[in-house]
Amino acid sequence: MLLEIKDLHAVIDGKEILKGLNLQVDKGEVHAIMGPNGSGKSTLAKVLAGHPSYEVTKGEVVYEGTNLLELDPDERARNGVFLAFQYPVEVPGVSNAQFLRLAYNEKMKHLGEEELDPLEFNDLLKERAKIVEMDKSFFNRSVNEGFSGGEKKRNEILQMAVLQPKLAVLDETDSGLDIDALRIVAEGVNKLRNADKAIILVTHYQRLLNYVEPDFVHVLANGKIVKEGGKELALELEEKGYDWVKAASK
Amino acid sequence: MQKVVKETNYGAAFRENLAREENAWLKYLRENAFEFFTENGFPTVKNEEWKYTNVAPIEREIFEITNGRAVDAEKISELFSKTESENRVVFVNNKLNQELTNLSNLPEGAKILNLNKAIQDEIFSQIVRKNLGKSVNAEANGFTALNTAFIEEGVFIFVPKNTKIETPIHLIFITDENTASFPRVLLVAERGSEAMLIESYLRTAETKYLTDSVIEIVLEDDAKLKHLRVQRESHNAFHVGTTAANLNRASVYDSTNITLGARLSRHDVLVKFNAEGAECFVDGLYMIAEEQHADTHSVIDHALPNCLSHQTYKGIVDGKARAVFNGKVFVRENASGTDAQQSNKNLLLSNDARVDTKPQLEIFNDDVKCAHGATVGQLEEEELFYLLSRGLNEQLARNLLTYGFAEEIINKIEIESIKKQLDEAVLNRLNANLEI
Repeated sequence: MLLEIKDLHAVIDGKEILKGLNLQVDKGEVHAIMGPNGSGKSTLAKVLAGHPSYEVTKGEVVYEGTNLLELDPDERARNGVFLAFQYPVEVPGVSNAQFLRLAYNEKMKHLGEEELDPLEFNDLLKERAKIVEMDKSFFNRSVNEGFSGGEKKRNEILQMAVLQPKLAVLDETDSGLDIDALRIVAEGVNKLRNADKAIILVTHYQRLLNYVEPDFVHVLANGKIVKEGGKELALELEEKGYDWVKAASK
Repeated sequence: MQKVVKETNYGAAFRENLAREENAWLKYLRENAFEFFTENGFPTVKNEEWKYTNVAPIEREIFEITNGRAVDAEKISELFSKTESENRVVFVNNKLNQELTNLSNLPEGAKILNLNKAIQDEIFSQIVRKNLGKSVNAEANGFTALNTAFIEEGVFIFVPKNTKIETPIHLIFITDENTASFPRVLLVAERGSEAMLIESYLRTAETKYLTDSVIEIVLEDDAKLKHLRVQRESHNAFHVGTTAANLNRASVYDSTNITLGARLSRHDVLVKFNAEGAECFVDGLYMIAEEQHADTHSVIDHALPNCLSHQTYKGIVDGKARAVFNGKVFVRENASGTDAQQSNKNLLLSNDARVDTKPQLEIFNDDVKCAHGATVGQLEEEELFYLLSRGLNEQLARNLLTYGFAEEIINKIEIESIKKQLDEAVLNRLNANLEI
């Protein structure tokens, strides 16, 4: 099992958001985590990435057989965990290419593989940028600065394409996208999907799942998984709305 | 009643130095300046302009004025790039070093001379007398007075009308241990001329010394000057400098001031608009740590209509260091059509770091476009987490964000070798080894 979450409880600012969450994800699988606003979806994503504002009070997260919660955020990343942010952060004065090369080389160093110089990396970046149809003019711009909502999300998937994580958590990557951007992002994710990687799609809406077909759908309400099923569950949710599962969680 | 003659640490050196002065005009200027210094000494914290910068440690030291002490030319030449072409002037301990100086790239008509030679020169004497000590009053404070008193060789730069000096003019000032040096520069750019001036203060070792500089710049109508000042003194040194620019009609002064070195440093920038339509850009970056103290005071005076001044200063303060920024912009009654923008942003990297910032805009005219602001903050936690979440270790992530903060200023620097040094200085603050 790539990832095993057992009875996870997490708090932010003294408020408990995750209240005993269980989830198992294996290589090659795509899991969708759906749920109403405030159910704890984004908290789960941030806890997995190691955001310092969230405190795990109970439970465990085992990733590749080790305790993920003991690793710092950067160690998690170098070990193959990736979070595509719901609100990608702007980093003024640091170019996309610089940032991505540093991140890529940190990972290579960790794996004991060869680091790339700026020229070599530029070739790799050009290749990977095709996955999200990103123009090379984005390489020398400051990370996410002045990017539109759609460009920011595409940039997240570009980072994923460069870093090739084993476990990618996509937090509301479909939010704020128009239909064309949604298609590009979804196709990018599909291209990166393979038997070695697991993807967790955190989403409020079913529409992303029309493009990226999940193997499993989990419904999160009030900090716990309340319903699980195959991709057809997403359609059922779309039809019946979240009140249906909210009632079940009480 | 008999007048009591005060004696200062600099008295004996001054008299010895002045005895060599051959020019009466200069001798008079220097004597008056020293008299002012003897009477008034260095400024104290009781003086509003020096409230946050206590120069008593400078006053306590006894520095030598070691003109022409033998220097290790090879060691010094390692401090600057030899690959880029430039008009290079190297001063070591108040004295021009001929061996390291190279003026072969100057176009015809342009001149770089010692001030004491220029004042004896048939053509330049008038220009020097008209301008030397005019933008910076010797009696502004003890430091400008002492600098003026010790003008011995100095540098005079003349850019003739409608001439563009393609290769930058690079002035390098180096001071040895226990020495006081007094760099003095007068640059006069005639109508329609264009040049770039680089002013570097470098160290050969982490020793204690004093650099007290005064740079006067006069831009005549339509002249353009880019001015890069890089202060990388020893972390045990004292550095006090004044830069003053007088701008005539439609001239453009674009300056970038980098402060990295010195235990205690102070830089005064004064820009005065003498005619309409002139523009100045006065930008800077100070990056200090440990026990360093860096003070920037600027005064931009809009006395006439339709001039523009844009000022962006950024500060990175770590350790127990303390930065001071005081920027005054005056927009006088008849200065309508003024465009004055000023911003000072500071990044504190430790809990003990401190910044005192005071942007000050005084406007006496309604028909103007003016804005100013100052911020003091820390690295953004969300930005840091974002970089960490991509696998950058914390040190690298912090350095990269710090670099990002400074990038706007660093990117203004067009000289590759200096930009690279600066990139490294910012990125390698914590000894992270990376190439950008």
